[in-house]
Amino acid sequence: MQTDRTEDCRGQLCPMPIVNMARAIKKMEAGQVLELWADDEGAHADVPAWCAKTGNELLDKEDAGDYSKYFVKKTA
Amino acid sequence: MAETEKTSIVVFSGDMDKVFAAFIIATGAAASGMEVSMFFTFWGLKAIQKGNLTGKGFLGKMVGLMNRGGIETIGPSRFNFGGIGRWMFKKMMKDKKVVGLSELLETAIDLDVELYACKMSMDVMEIAKEDLIDEVKGLIGVAGYIKEASEAGVTLFI
Repeated sequence: MQTDRTEDCRGQLCPMPIVNMARAIKKMEAGQVLELWADDEGAHADVPAWCAKTGNELLDKEDAGDYSKYFVKKTA
Repeated sequence: MAETEKTSIVVFSGDMDKVFAAFIIATGAAASGMEVSMFFTFWGLKAIQKGNLTGKGFLGKMVGLMNRGGIETIGPSRFNFGGIGRWMFKKMMKDKKVVGLSELLETAIDLDVELYACKMSMDVMEIAKEDLIDEVKGLIGVAGYIKEASEAGVTLFI
């Protein structure tokens, strides 16, 4: 997938992956896609929840072994 | 887009674990696009004190000594054992790469979380404005808190 920015949040626990995702999205333009890397299991539920709350779109989630990649489109 | 939603948190506790919860919720709400205000009252004031000794009279100085302020000095609500518990929890959190209270406070400030202090508690405990960190936005009373809380969809007392 074509992405515009990658944010590596591996090794971070709640609330930092969410805080850093929000910071990254803030710096991006509408329509751009953020690739978020996180290994916090809490992020499985938190990333979709954050997207639903803020109105951004979770396009896809990919298993990358010991971490996950989340593709978030800035729509809000 | 709808009007910005608000979260309002009263931080009454000066216990490490509860202050942790308050800051995690505050930073999470701010990261989710909400306006967040935190009201520090009574024991909670410790979290926004610089950490110098406080108090004017004898009793105030005793309180300042026994209830030393500063976010890194506060201990957990259980198993503190005179500071051993604080050290233990800090170590366990660091080992698991959970961010510390100081960093959470900095993150909250960076995300524009508004920090308010309860003036009445400050008077009782003889804590001056100068004893609080510079980022504190104002000293307020119950009416100021009610105004903020009545506009908030999420209100918590911790």
